[in-house]
Amino acid sequence: MSNESLDPRVNRLKLDDAGTVIRVEEGENWNVYEVFHQEKRGAHHEHVGCVHAPDPQLALVFAKEQFARRKKCVNLWVVRSADILAFDVEDEDMFANNLEKNYRDASGFKVMEKINKFKQSK
Amino acid sequence: MYGGGYIFDEPNGKQLREEQQHDDPEKLEAFEERISRGEKIEPGDWMPAEYRRQLIRLIEQHAHSEVIGALPEGTWITRAPGFKRKLALIAKVQDEIGHGQLLYNAAETLGKSREAMINDLLSGKSKYSNVFNYPAKTWADVTVIGFLIDAAAIVNQVANAKGSYGPYCRALERICYEESFHLKQGHDAFIELATGTPAQKTMLQDALNRWWQPIMHFFGPPDKTSQHSEKLMMWKVKMASNDEMRNQFLDTYVPKILELGLTLPDPLLRKNPDTSRWEYTDPDWDEFFRVINGGGPCNEERLQVRKWAEEHGRWVRKALMNPSERHALPVA
Repeated sequence: MSNESLDPRVNRLKLDDAGTVIRVEEGENWNVYEVFHQEKRGAHHEHVGCVHAPDPQLALVFAKEQFARRKKCVNLWVVRSADILAFDVEDEDMFANNLEKNYRDASGFKVMEKINKFKQSK
Repeated sequence: MYGGGYIFDEPNGKQLREEQQHDDPEKLEAFEERISRGEKIEPGDWMPAEYRRQLIRLIEQHAHSEVIGALPEGTWITRAPGFKRKLALIAKVQDEIGHGQLLYNAAETLGKSREAMINDLLSGKSKYSNVFNYPAKTWADVTVIGFLIDAAAIVNQVANAKGSYGPYCRALERICYEESFHLKQGHDAFIELATGTPAQKTMLQDALNRWWQPIMHFFGPPDKTSQHSEKLMMWKVKMASNDEMRNQFLDTYVPKILELGLTLPDPLLRKNPDTSRWEYTDPDWDEFFRVINGGGPCNEERLQVRKWAEEHGRWVRKALMNPSERHALPVA
């Protein structure tokens, strides 16, 4: 290519002809890691997204660049996406719940009402 | 930056029909009901083949636009006027590349690998936003890109963030947050030139004149020429029509440009008070299609630089590769 770029850096590169075929092999961009971000000590780690990395250590480095370059962060976790076990989305209905579950909830027990009724009856 | 909303090819009628025939009508109905209830679609959910195809296209092109879009600006990091501007520009370019990564991940949840997307970019099969096929000649060009192209992209991205696909919306939420910094630093630099010395004002006006047409191109061809896909709007893949977005952009930003004493190179540009729509000279749409198909001043250079980076970074990727790691797609 006859370099006529306005970019001085581009002019220093030895660029191949535009027709050159470059192919990236499958897997060359490594693997996917899920990233969990902790905003302050004591808080939960929250899932914020994922990065591509060749191993967990580099995944942490990339996660820091990607998810901790602004605002507060005190810790990061990474975990291989492949290692995450989850329910099938099709099985969502197994979480369907009987909403009448007062008996296992503090709000289901009205002790004051009973006490007041008892006091009034005296 | 850089929503890729317009580069989107409308589904070709025949293919759409064939693919729809294969979609289970009951599932399709349940899917459409979910969308009309405002639910988000998640990676493992059932979706029509055409929905998947169009989303991959959209998100992938958006990702490419972020990465390629960093090139004309990256050029100016070494020559940015002043330390603060240089820091801001480095931060911005880093953000853009980061947005590319977030978007590639979102597209991957739909089943296309990162490598396949990069290959399609390098071979010219996938497009990216047309505006990045023009050079940034002066510092004022960087300023116009930072202010107006980012502003246009925000209009597009804010609309898409209300779309139906969960991972894309989550990525866009974060992207829009960072874009607001890009817009602000661009506006700040823009004002500084506009209120500066006569030489600075002239430089800015020149850049504005050069970039006006690409900016008018940004949202894509007028609605009357592009076959508007009702299906894509209904599925909340496409959130607003090209003309609606262009109108919204002009509404917000033309006053901001004019208040600084600058002019726009279109004598017909005015807001019609009766319709509250903007009227303007149609930009040259033949030029738009010529550039998007490879005929722009920088198409070749952009792809060559991208290929160079891919090839010269390969040894690093190879060296770090741990062959025991098996590939997996992101879960969310």
